[in-house]
Amino acid sequence: MFKKNLSALFAGLVFGIGLILSGMTNPAKVINFLDIFGDWDPSLMFVMIGAIGVSFFAFRKASGLSLSLIKEQMQLPTAKEIDLPLITGSVLFGVGWGLVGLCPGPAMASIVTGGFEVLLFVVAMLIGMAIYRLLKR
Amino acid sequence: MEDFTPITSLIGGIFIGLSASMMILFNGRIAGISGILGGIADAHKSDVSWRVAFFAGLVLSPFVYMLFSEPFAAKLTVPDLQIVIAGLLVGIGSRYGSGCTSGHGVCGIARMSKRSIVATAVFMTAGIATVYVTHHMG
Repeated sequence: MFKKNLSALFAGLVFGIGLILSGMTNPAKVINFLDIFGDWDPSLMFVMIGAIGVSFFAFRKASGLSLSLIKEQMQLPTAKEIDLPLITGSVLFGVGWGLVGLCPGPAMASIVTGGFEVLLFVVAMLIGMAIYRLLKR
Repeated sequence: MEDFTPITSLIGGIFIGLSASMMILFNGRIAGISGILGGIADAHKSDVSWRVAFFAGLVLSPFVYMLFSEPFAAKLTVPDLQIVIAGLLVGIGSRYGSGCTSGHGVCGIARMSKRSIVATAVFMTAGIATVYVTHHMG
């Protein structure tokens, strides 16, 4: 119990530092990344290259494990089907992302430095998640 | 394109990749932010604390960053109503679509999940279309 919390705390810290370093917590940079018809800044493509390049090997290793390295249950997603919720949800998410240039990770990592606007975004996001949960019932 | 930062973005990405690697190899979990956050409400009691710990790390990360480099601040310059609509869409959409940029865009693609590759293509396209509409039309 203690080990998995410590590992999650450290992973959250490393994740956040990665987001800040990469430019993902800079909404203007995200918008310029999505602005392929304007003054396109492709920097954030390198975030994906770095992140996927490293974790690819971890996931390959993980697929052969029955328990994690600290004896936790492995919980990999099992869904395979390309269904309507996946597509609709991703469209809604993409529109929201493009409207301000923030997605959940960077928003949480900016919650203490981003002032009222980021706080407002996070509250709206949490309400959105709660609405999903109500609708799902 | 004076803001092109391939090196720092790549290094940042490597950090994110290391974090995702830790989460899967140690915790047996996908480092998907919307899933870790949205799943808190319905998680089993023994499954709550690591989620809170992860977010504690994420929220505190700017302070660690500031020990080594100059402070940063995300600045949103769009109207409040637009921020609220965007937040609602990001919240509903990421849960309904089972993931966001981290869960699908990083972890899912690294696992070579077909669902995540499709989801990433869809939300990137939707994001690009939205920026086109808000910045180049009207």
